[in-house]
Amino acid sequence: MPDIQLEVNGRNYDIKDIAADTPLLWVIRDHVGLVGTKYGCGGGYCGACTVHLDGNPVRSCSVLATSAVGKKVTTIEGVAVDDNVLHPLQEAWIEHDVPQCGYCQAGQIMSAAALLSKNTNPTDSDIDAAMSGNLCRCATYIRIRRAIRTAAAKISGNTMGTGGSV
Amino acid sequence: MNQTTAQDIINEMENISAGVLDLRVVDRRTFLKLTGITGTGLVLGYTIRDAASPVYAAADNQFTANEFVRVATDGKIYLYSKNPEVGQGIKTAVPMVIAEELDADWADVIVEQAPINEELYGRQSAGGSRSLTTAWDQVRKAGASARAMLISAAAKEWGVPASECRTEASSVFHDASNRRAGYASLAMKAAEEPVPDLDSLPLKKRSEYKLLGKRITGVDNRKIVTGQPLFGIDAVVPGMRYASYLKCPAAGGSVRSANLDEIKALPGVEDAFVIEGNNEPTELMPGIAIIANSTWAAISAKDKLKVDWDETHATRASWSDAQKNAKDAASKGQGEMLHDIGNVDEKFAEAEKSFEAYYEYPFLSHAPLEPQNTTAWVHDGKAEIWSPTQRPAQGAASVAGILGIDEKDVEVHQLRVGGGFGRRLMNDYMCEAAAISERAGVPVKLQWTREDDMAHDFYRVGGFHALKGAIDKEGKLSAWQDHFITFMGPNKKPVSGGDMRASEFPVDFFPNTRVTQTMLPLRVPTGPWRSPRSCGIAFAVQSFISELALEAGRDHVEFLLEMLGEPRWLEEGNIDAMNTGRAARVIKLAAEKAGWGKSMEKGRGLGLAFHFSHAGHFAEVADISVDDNKKLTINKITVAGDVGPIINLSGAENQCQGAVIDALSTTLGLQVSIENGRIQETNFHQYPILRMDKAPDVAVHFIESDARPTGLGEPALPPAAPAICNAIYAASGIRVRELPLTRHGFSV
Ligand code: FES
Ligand code: FES
Repeated sequence: MPDIQLEVNGRNYDIKDIAADTPLLWVIRDHVGLVGTKYGCGGGYCGACTVHLDGNPVRSCSVLATSAVGKKVTTIEGVAVDDNVLHPLQEAWIEHDVPQCGYCQAGQIMSAAALLSKNTNPTDSDIDAAMSGNLCRCATYIRIRRAIRTAAAKISGNTMGTGGSV
Repeated sequence: MNQTTAQDIINEMENISAGVLDLRVVDRRTFLKLTGITGTGLVLGYTIRDAASPVYAAADNQFTANEFVRVATDGKIYLYSKNPEVGQGIKTAVPMVIAEELDADWADVIVEQAPINEELYGRQSAGGSRSLTTAWDQVRKAGASARAMLISAAAKEWGVPASECRTEASSVFHDASNRRAGYASLAMKAAEEPVPDLDSLPLKKRSEYKLLGKRITGVDNRKIVTGQPLFGIDAVVPGMRYASYLKCPAAGGSVRSANLDEIKALPGVEDAFVIEGNNEPTELMPGIAIIANSTWAAISAKDKLKVDWDETHATRASWSDAQKNAKDAASKGQGEMLHDIGNVDEKFAEAEKSFEAYYEYPFLSHAPLEPQNTTAWVHDGKAEIWSPTQRPAQGAASVAGILGIDEKDVEVHQLRVGGGFGRRLMNDYMCEAAAISERAGVPVKLQWTREDDMAHDFYRVGGFHALKGAIDKEGKLSAWQDHFITFMGPNKKPVSGGDMRASEFPVDFFPNTRVTQTMLPLRVPTGPWRSPRSCGIAFAVQSFISELALEAGRDHVEFLLEMLGEPRWLEEGNIDAMNTGRAARVIKLAAEKAGWGKSMEKGRGLGLAFHFSHAGHFAEVADISVDDNKKLTINKITVAGDVGPIINLSGAENQCQGAVIDALSTTLGLQVSIENGRIQETNFHQYPILRMDKAPDVAVHFIESDARPTGLGEPALPPAAPAICNAIYAASGIRVRELPLTRHGFSV
């Protein structure tokens, strides 16, 4: 039962006495106490648990917490600039009213954020490739795509071709 | 058990990060305060004073008009949403209706989830697409009465007749004297005004709406996209332990013995015990509970359980057997008569052409993305519950029954639900959490795994239809027969979700129709699944109607319109019944928007279907290309719907797109197989819900009318499967009569 130290959203957390096989997901939710990262399948199939490890999207249900030691973990709570300034993807999600139940959306935004951090002008197939690990049981895919385009345009300073409102 | 001490609980409380909302403290106060104003049904004009609650902070500065509306002197307007939010958008739509009648500026509105109190609020469940339509008059009057009280206060203040005042954007205006007062400034005076007579309150006409029909983003969206605690799974109660629960993989099995001592010795595990349950699948089935100090410890210990199940009374159901038995039943005869009018046999004998086909659809799982969970604290003869549920009040009743306590001593707090689709009309997981907390003596959060959810659903029941149609010399349908083969529940009636109305479409439209039914035995829990009954029946019936149109050499649209006949209500006086005029209009609109009748390249085709359910009229056209390897390209799906006036255009469109893609996902590749009573699919790799790269364009068109608005969570789903299969036929000449499509070599 090791003790570990994790850096989550720029803050250090001392986590005591966890089982060595504990997935990062449950440490984030139960021990760190950030519940925006969701559990959907536990098997790497749904993407609800997506977080960034050193900027790369991972399924936190399928990554051991111990393997995140020494890396920067970013969760949905850590992507906004601050309380008042959201990430362009978060803004676009609100503008396009993407969520239905909303349960998958943190994971969707984390996958999209990783994509846009490397490619601010993604093609449809870039979007498909980055997003097809994320299930949305409510099937909000049409709006997710539109919101990613809107955010990409905003980030790259190009406000054309955002695919309309909402 | 390593007993949790008071010190442990204090430690836990200190460990809870500030980022996690302490739901208990907030909601208990809300609950107590609001139940404090109940007792005799609707209580109006009561001002709540509780400075300690964030919701009612500085309550001296608020005007509580009624159980839905609270106007604060700081300009904020609190509206209460009474139904569970499961993704259908009700938490935004119903407050929009209140705000419309109140003439509140939407920017001033803060929506709060109402406590569960059906005496005060009436129906507080989410199912059958009924939330909006049943609340429609109630919440319009709530908004209008608060508005009337604000107007009276202003009129008194200004010494002018109330009838000379008007309202707009959270303000009262007296134009003649050029005066304006914001609701905030009138709040405390309005609180002194008498509550107007609800029945004589004027309500707005559709042409007067300013907010309704607009696109409004969901009220929880900011919290959702920033990952704030909101859902059932996010509940944190000080001192809570984590629990998992293992039941027999074949429903009805019980525990003979298990390696409990080994489990209790695992790190993090605090206790493990058997729960006998009451053998009610919707409440508490037998199983083994594990209590641990983290979710992971609880669910990973569950995988190490070795249980000797007593399966004497467990189901041994098999889907492949059911398929065989259904075919047999179809070939042997027609089963029990549900409906028989005219002279069906004669019409078949004299038909120009008769045609028959056998349709089949499988069991399905609901698979909402948030696995079942509930946090429960049972102590001192009381239970407090935090749960993602579609039926909170019914859950409270079940929990009370399980614990043998009074229903009034069970408080259920409704948290946002990560997908419902009908699954969470059942509160089995809530009952389990309560039983586990009672036994453990501490607050527990029960967490199901995805595997638990796939194995213990109330499945959409599969079904079979042996259909037969007669076509006369003029190419008209002259007789119709449907032998429906379904499954029998314990009460000798069809299982939940497996019944069919004797008047199912299109029997009302022909003088010679017969519907018969055979029930096969089944002991697998089933239940309502998004648009129950219709989600299966529409596939069979509306595909077959297209087949008959083709057999008759007729255009499908023309054939359907002819069938519907003159515009009329099918049940006079029932505004939730089908109206043939509304049906015809959506069929024509879908056809027109999709370019029905245009010529298409080889391998591409259009397929149309209509279905009426949940008071919604929907027609859909699929535009699909099929290649030589049966690979499908869904070019577009066009939806035309009539559910009365649209409340929130954004939410309405989202519901329709979601329902259609849900239907495509299901039609294409989803199936729950059952062998020896066990569900074969365990997780999403075997239950491949459609992903973004395969999601097609879905164009949604509404016909708005002055009819009372009805719900949108369900009725857009049923026409999609037959439209897709009709399009596949048009494109490839291959008729699919069994779902899912992947069973027949199709892919996307
Ligand atoms: S919970 Fe991690 S991929 Fe589904
Ligand atoms: S919004 Fe419900 S799962 Fe995506």
